[in-house]
Amino acid sequence: MSDGVVAAGGQPARTNRVERRSPLTSIPLIYIALLGTLIVGAALMAVNGENLFSGGNIVDILTRSSLLGFIAIGQTMVILCRSLDLSVGYVAALSSLVAATTMDGDPSRIPLGVAAGLGVAALVGLFNGVVTAKLKVHAFITTLGAGLIIKGYLDTVYPGPAGEVPGAFQAFGYTRIGLVPLSAAIMLIIAVFGVIMLQRTRTGHRMFAVGGNDEVARLSGIRTDRTIILAHVFSSVMAGVAGLLLAARFGTGVGAQIYDAGYDLDSIAAVVLGGTLLLGGRGGVAGTIAGVLILGVLDTMFNQLQIDPFFRDVLRGIIIIAAVAVYARRQIDPTKSRARFGEKSASRKGSTGTSPPEPTGDSRARRAGSREEQSE
Amino acid sequence: MITPTPDGELLRIRGLSKSFFGVEVLHGIDLTVQAGEVHGLVGENGAGKSTVMKTLAGVHTADSGSIELDGKEVSFDHPLQAQRGGVATVFQEFNLLPERTVAENVYLAREPRSGGLVQRRRMEQDTASLMQDLGIVDIDAGAKVRTLSVAQQQVVEIVKAMSFDARLISMDEPTAALADHEVELLYQLIGRLRERGVAVLYVSHRLQEIFDLCDRITVLKDGSLVDTVESNEITPDELVRKMVGRTISSFFPEPREGTEIGDIRLSVRQGGNRMLNGISFDVRAGEIVGLAGLQGSGRTEIAHALFGVERFTRGSITVDGRTFSPRSPRQAVRAGLALVTEDRKAEGLALNQSVAANARLVLDAALPGRGSSRAARLSGILSSLELAAASDAQEVRLLSGGNQQKVVLAKWLVTDPQVMVLDEPTRGIDVGAKRAVYELMRDLTAEGMAIILISSELPEVIGMSDRIVVLNDGEISGELPHNTDEETVMSFATGQDNVEAAS
Repeated sequence: MSDGVVAAGGQPARTNRVERRSPLTSIPLIYIALLGTLIVGAALMAVNGENLFSGGNIVDILTRSSLLGFIAIGQTMVILCRSLDLSVGYVAALSSLVAATTMDGDPSRIPLGVAAGLGVAALVGLFNGVVTAKLKVHAFITTLGAGLIIKGYLDTVYPGPAGEVPGAFQAFGYTRIGLVPLSAAIMLIIAVFGVIMLQRTRTGHRMFAVGGNDEVARLSGIRTDRTIILAHVFSSVMAGVAGLLLAARFGTGVGAQIYDAGYDLDSIAAVVLGGTLLLGGRGGVAGTIAGVLILGVLDTMFNQLQIDPFFRDVLRGIIIIAAVAVYARRQIDPTKSRARFGEKSASRKGSTGTSPPEPTGDSRARRAGSREEQSE
Repeated sequence: MITPTPDGELLRIRGLSKSFFGVEVLHGIDLTVQAGEVHGLVGENGAGKSTVMKTLAGVHTADSGSIELDGKEVSFDHPLQAQRGGVATVFQEFNLLPERTVAENVYLAREPRSGGLVQRRRMEQDTASLMQDLGIVDIDAGAKVRTLSVAQQQVVEIVKAMSFDARLISMDEPTAALADHEVELLYQLIGRLRERGVAVLYVSHRLQEIFDLCDRITVLKDGSLVDTVESNEITPDELVRKMVGRTISSFFPEPREGTEIGDIRLSVRQGGNRMLNGISFDVRAGEIVGLAGLQGSGRTEIAHALFGVERFTRGSITVDGRTFSPRSPRQAVRAGLALVTEDRKAEGLALNQSVAANARLVLDAALPGRGSSRAARLSGILSSLELAAASDAQEVRLLSGGNQQKVVLAKWLVTDPQVMVLDEPTRGIDVGAKRAVYELMRDLTAEGMAIILISSELPEVIGMSDRIVVLNDGEISGELPHNTDEETVMSFATGQDNVEAAS
């Protein structure tokens, strides 16, 4: 004790090997997967005499990705909080219709339309969050219910496309900076903000805590309800942004075309593909963006190769499941599964000269002897 | 004992009473703790130790009585208030986020910020320097808690408490999940806290630790204060008498009259897998074989190999002379094995289900068809174990640890096992229930069952086993007779007598 040093606990040989921030966390892994997808995709395209990296294809990938990206960034937040948002598709549809009908072709009403579209989305998010956090209804049910309510409303009030988006706002859907669509650029900027929020703000840290262990978060003084509500509002607003983008592209507000497109499950797939734990507490926006890009590359590739749309779904399903299965294997704690002996040979694998932990001298004395011996 | 240098009274609890649903569980408890003192709090399960701790921690509020800290009366309504007031609590279940780093856990919900952004580097540096102050060198502030050992996680809990400038840290069974050599590290850390004038309220079932660490000991029984004594003025026997109101002269029962050591029931030859190597031992009918060793030495891995969870890739097992290579727990159950798992709540019980459903679980799952006739014996088994439950329909999560363990034992006994593996069967249960488990083991061996006992508590292994197989780093380092002393077992467990053991 005199040297004031507590020796390594547990198994010194193991703990010493624990790397500072293991390189095997899933974010780099997903980028390797993205790279792999690009290489395999490019090869498959090349066999068919096409170029995956042609200007047109890159624009196509980024355009697809920006839409799903907005939704998936929001979805990442709720999933990190161990919640879920199945209403995103309906919120996007609602937002597009509200924005388009508010704008009604008048360029001066663009700000109003944007505010209305996002405001309505935020209200839905508030509803989702409050019902989930305060009434303790499982988010699956809350957001499914909210989605159905919105669907019923939309189908009744807007049987077809409605409203008109002025040309100036349609630019949001079609403008490009070089090969990068404006919408993709905005999506990536929001993603950067998302990363900063999760890593560098207390709000982000709270989300990890709430998703990791609600009780621990609560006992640490975190208002867990507010964190969950905030995540839901954020998710819905991001879905609202996606709705605005769709309105800009269509030139009008649409309902069924948006909510039937499967953004809810696609966004969850992208989040999980990106390495965020479906049970919350681990993950992040950077991985989600990679997940979104992988799905975007696949879709573009399938389009160019003219693969049967039904078979596409089969492939997508297989790829998502396979990817998550790979993570699941990777995420098994290496320190816990490290073998001490080889499978075949009986010889020592880890005979690196690590001596087993020994009790210190005074512990032996303590165990052996009388209490008087310990008084120093 | 070391005499503390009491620089004043830190905590004074006066007349603390607390009721739950109209039942008073604490009756006017008085307790004082000096700064720099390690104060032991002992009593059987249900004596009120946890309630005292939780009231102090702000989890419960007292019905009557007062808590004074530094002479000022305080009342904590939320754990956070208690923490800010300088009272921290390290519960048995850790309050850490495994996927977050040490620093993120320590500064959870109060991350240092500048310009609205969390200063990650400062957070890690602060955590690192705090740990350095406490003499902790083997934990990286940036490491994820998931990658730390249980002992290290406990250290992180204490570091977190100290980051609140805690004046008093209460610890609930801090060594329950630690191996002996890890306990030593905790002792050192507590010593360092004491040097800083921090008071420690130490709750433990292990009397050895209470005497090793504590300056004074407060004994509770049935929610009342029995006595507060200087630890060097009382013997363990006297302390036990105060706790239970009777002496447990021979705590470990002797084998029953007429218990015969019979034929070999279970035999392992040169068993090995990723974590084990060259495991050979026999267990005979009517015999209890203890598996001793440090945490991680391979004790539980042997249980898992026998039970087909992670099987031997080398060597062979025979049960009653027949070769047996279990590929799943189901096959093991059908071959007449039973495994009482180490982690009762996670692996032993379906907590939200009833006593009856849990007790029938193995029977219905692994031995269908034979269920109904054997299930008829369940109520007899449960009552012979003296299970204290409102009814068979009661959910097991509502039972005490000891009674939960009895349900686990019942679910295995009803399968009529030939060989029973008990992994830490008395962890976290009170003295009375422990005794009941020991008596049961003696009864079972008298009927010819073979038992393998795995335990971290050396007195238990030594007191109950006919032979002790000691493991070190995945290999058997020695096989010792039942009356071996603790020191010898320890030296084999730590590998110091490897050479002699080989002979």
